[in-house]
Amino acid sequence: MAIDQATVRKVANLARIRVSDEQVANLESELNQILQFVEQLSEVDTDGVAPLTSAVEMTQPLRADVINDGGYADQIVKNAPASDDGFFLVPKVIE
Amino acid sequence: MSDLTNLTLSDAREKLRNKDITAVELAEAHIDAMQQTAGLNAFIFNTEEKAIEMAKASDVKLAKGEGGILEGIPVGVKDLFCTKDVRTTASSKILGDFTPTYESTVTANMWADGAVLLGKLNCDEFAMGSSNETSFFGPVVNPWQRQGDDTQLVPGGSSGGSAAAVAARACIAATATDTGGSIRQPAAFTGTVGMKPTYGRCSRWGTVAFASSLDQAGPITRTVRDAAIMLESMASYDVKDSTSVNVAVPAYEKTLTGDIKGLKIGIPKEFKVDGMPEEIQALWQQGIEWLKAAGAEIHDVSLPHTKYALPAYYIVAPAEASSNLARYDGVRYGLRVAGDNIDEQYANSRAEGFGEEVQRRILIGTYVLSAGYYDAYYKKAQRVRTLIKRDFDQAYEKVDLMLTPTTPTAAFGIGENIGDPLTMYLNDIFTVSVNMAGLPGISIPAGISANGLPLGLQLIGKPFDEETLFRAADVMEQAADFTALPQLMAK
Amino acid sequence: MSLIQGATGEWEIVLGLEIHAQITSQSKLMSGASTKFGAEPNSQVSLVDAAMPGMLPVVNEFCYEQAVLTGLGLNAEINLVSIFDRKNYFYPDLPQGYQISQFTDPIVGPGVVKIELPDGSFHDVGIERLHLEQDAGKSIHDLYPSQSCVDLNRSGVALMEIVSDPDMRTAEHAKLYVSKIRTILRYLGTCDGNMEQGSLRADVNVSVRRPGAELGTRCEIKNMNSIRNIGMAIEYEARRQVDIIEDGGTIAQETRLWDVAKGETRSMRSKEEAHDYRYFPDPDLLPVVLEQSWVDAIKARIPELPDAKHGRLMRQYGLNSYDANILIADPENADYFEIVAKGVDAKLAVNWVTGDLFGMLNKRGFTIETSPIKAEALGELVGLITDKTISNKIAKQVFEFMLETGDAPTKIVEEKGLKQVTDTGAIEKAVDEVIAANPDKVEQVKQKPKMAGWFVGQVMQATGGKANPQAVSDLIKAKLGLED
Ligand SMILES: [Mg+2]
Ligand SMILES: [Zn+2]
Repeated sequence: MAIDQATVRKVANLARIRVSDEQVANLESELNQILQFVEQLSEVDTDGVAPLTSAVEMTQPLRADVINDGGYADQIVKNAPASDDGFFLVPKVIE
Repeated sequence: MSDLTNLTLSDAREKLRNKDITAVELAEAHIDAMQQTAGLNAFIFNTEEKAIEMAKASDVKLAKGEGGILEGIPVGVKDLFCTKDVRTTASSKILGDFTPTYESTVTANMWADGAVLLGKLNCDEFAMGSSNETSFFGPVVNPWQRQGDDTQLVPGGSSGGSAAAVAARACIAATATDTGGSIRQPAAFTGTVGMKPTYGRCSRWGTVAFASSLDQAGPITRTVRDAAIMLESMASYDVKDSTSVNVAVPAYEKTLTGDIKGLKIGIPKEFKVDGMPEEIQALWQQGIEWLKAAGAEIHDVSLPHTKYALPAYYIVAPAEASSNLARYDGVRYGLRVAGDNIDEQYANSRAEGFGEEVQRRILIGTYVLSAGYYDAYYKKAQRVRTLIKRDFDQAYEKVDLMLTPTTPTAAFGIGENIGDPLTMYLNDIFTVSVNMAGLPGISIPAGISANGLPLGLQLIGKPFDEETLFRAADVMEQAADFTALPQLMAK
Repeated sequence: MSLIQGATGEWEIVLGLEIHAQITSQSKLMSGASTKFGAEPNSQVSLVDAAMPGMLPVVNEFCYEQAVLTGLGLNAEINLVSIFDRKNYFYPDLPQGYQISQFTDPIVGPGVVKIELPDGSFHDVGIERLHLEQDAGKSIHDLYPSQSCVDLNRSGVALMEIVSDPDMRTAEHAKLYVSKIRTILRYLGTCDGNMEQGSLRADVNVSVRRPGAELGTRCEIKNMNSIRNIGMAIEYEARRQVDIIEDGGTIAQETRLWDVAKGETRSMRSKEEAHDYRYFPDPDLLPVVLEQSWVDAIKARIPELPDAKHGRLMRQYGLNSYDANILIADPENADYFEIVAKGVDAKLAVNWVTGDLFGMLNKRGFTIETSPIKAEALGELVGLITDKTISNKIAKQVFEFMLETGDAPTKIVEEKGLKQVTDTGAIEKAVDEVIAANPDKVEQVKQKPKMAGWFVGQVMQATGGKANPQAVSDLIKAKLGLED
């Protein structure tokens, strides 16, 4: 499976990273190199092997339903590039 | 001064407790050492005032015979750990001047035990790299140089700042993180001890995530004993991290008995890769002899899927990273580069904020998770991961530990491999399967390369059996008697 | 009847719904921040909800219980192993850049819900699955000219997404289905069902086809928060699709929005771009593994559900299906009724609850919970009618007095002297007086027996309405020698 430039652009858009035409060409070859490298996994017979989802053999711990967090809006917006009246501000989103 | 900065953690602790020195003296000596070694670019943010303040508080406790296991010990913190009111960037431009309002669990544990923060340490951007050249703050310089050659070398990565600072005596110990080898590989490149505990041993809460199923914090120190003391402080069960495992943290230092008689050490044959340099092979053999001489049994073991650990890693880690790094969008914190609409703002901010390697990995990760490719790549890699873990489980039915080299080469020059991602990725060839299986591993300085650079050996342990790992590492450390010093250390 | 008539023949509507129901928990699905509605912006946000670097989710056990309880209430399978996945996309009110949801292994598997159609017949709607997920924050677009405001108070609130099979064929089906789900959730106490506050909202998938043909291309109408609008949106959307196809066009699969003001659906341009959510198991979380005994313990807690209650009300109180349906629409209604009906005439009780009481609540803007007349008091009033202490007519006056004074009906009847006169002597005296005073009418009534009513009215007036009308009527007929 090889990536073409259109795919690079599509993926960059999905990842919300602006790429220049020049970068697209470079990325095309770099990403294909990496994909070629990982291609060797197809040699491995994984029939009937469950995918590993976590390195710890544990199940999800569940926490009690108590309110013990929040209540510090000032800290939430403290590092925001743009905020007002406790809100984060972003360029207008049109639905 | 150099007396103080040459102290190991355990020696400094004794001198502090005996009131031979004060925490403030120790902190001042290290602040001076940080200045002397500033050219290494290991520290990106210094917290000198805070350090003196913390040291003063430690002195008050020490005077009363109180204090924790790290009381008055000056440490550096990899900039991946969020530190309250101290800028935290993961060495990325995208975090801008982000200053957390919270403290990571690992560092909070250390402050509770009395450690003193000297500053934040450089690393590869979002811990993605094996040479510390992807940092937005520029590369870290390895304090070691080749014999008769002042070429600047990389300290390894991603915890290059941590390893360089400890090697150069700019701090006594440092926190680090390891996703595919990022503690052990830089430790090997800098003649230091790097310890990656079992996945789930240290809380990931408050540490900037790279690949959640692989990331694990650990210490870089100058001795195995110091690593044991550091890990005891850093490790804890944390209800805020669902993958934190609720097992007691032992007093690791007490396990350093020097006795490994009858311990079964496995030598995984698949690590004998084609083209392994002679001196690495010889070092490995030397390690086997040391352990044998100490009474351990050596066994050949097989980890048949070793070869596939690296390619599987380069699917799993970027995939998780592509999702973990989606939060850096210029809305709530960090860099914002304006655009005509929100999507352009995202794309501009992320293009400007992330460096090349990070972008590359996000794109690969996005691709392997995208519709139609998920099964062929991500799921396949996770299946292979099951096989890798199974290999280890089977081998551990026969042996207690395994011994391998840490890296295929010694440190290389800054810029030498930067244009070639794949060659760079091969740095992790001996370390990455340990992360894939979630096991503990330690690298200790074991020898010097032909051109005068440190080389490391790696011991790999059973899950949550860091004690045996430390015990064997301590024995091997004594046998190796590594006393060489880097050229660019604080005087 | 369920088909719509196009220019070229008949069309069938196919509907599937995704209902998002907010779980009534104190804290969020993955953090300890409060879920309370209407707080100051970003005041109910934890570092986790704001996706600060290094923050990690931890699952709320209560939310898991509520999802299991709901699954059991939907007659659905409970999956003992379930997994949280990440659904990746960028949006300003989605701080993590992904929503934690369940994709391949949801907590609840297939189930079924029964809806009763107006003609009394039943229709089964299959439940494909129910999964847990995080709600997004809220973007407000009208506070600033060129900027949107983001408030993350809702970010991370636990939702159950209930996905139906495409089993509905009319707008009526969809409306009944939503209201049935809402009722079940309210019975279980797992969601307050408040559609205005957005605690319950539905995405409606609409397609049309020739009867019996393959499924057509569907459009999804997002975020409907009123049952009435769901009906109108479906009617509009189905007609729109039929018109397009009959004009030779094709339906584009897209997300649409119901414009309440214009009464039409329109394409959501911002959602037009093809999505690729890149689902994968959240590596910050582990599989949730439940014990069957844990599930059984929850099963034991299930209250009587609407279908069962409907049957029991009909059996136990002899109600008809229509009345029973009104009462079960809300568990509070049925509870109220059962208190009122204790030891009194059940038919009378249901008429008073669904008639006078509901009428009053509606007019005065109360709910059954805030009703100024408590069930015990209304029960006492209906009891007074049942044992003939007062007539139904007098009871309506007493009801008004109860509203005014808050006094108990017995007290009002006592104080105002409204007790029905059942003493035959007193009634007889009044009857005799009326007959004596109106000899001309007595003559007339012998020709026209229907005029007896006039005499009854006179006697009632004379007794201030307190005489038992039946007794009066019987007596008049006897005295005047009229046949029954
Ligand atoms: Mg949906
Ligand atoms: Zn949903």
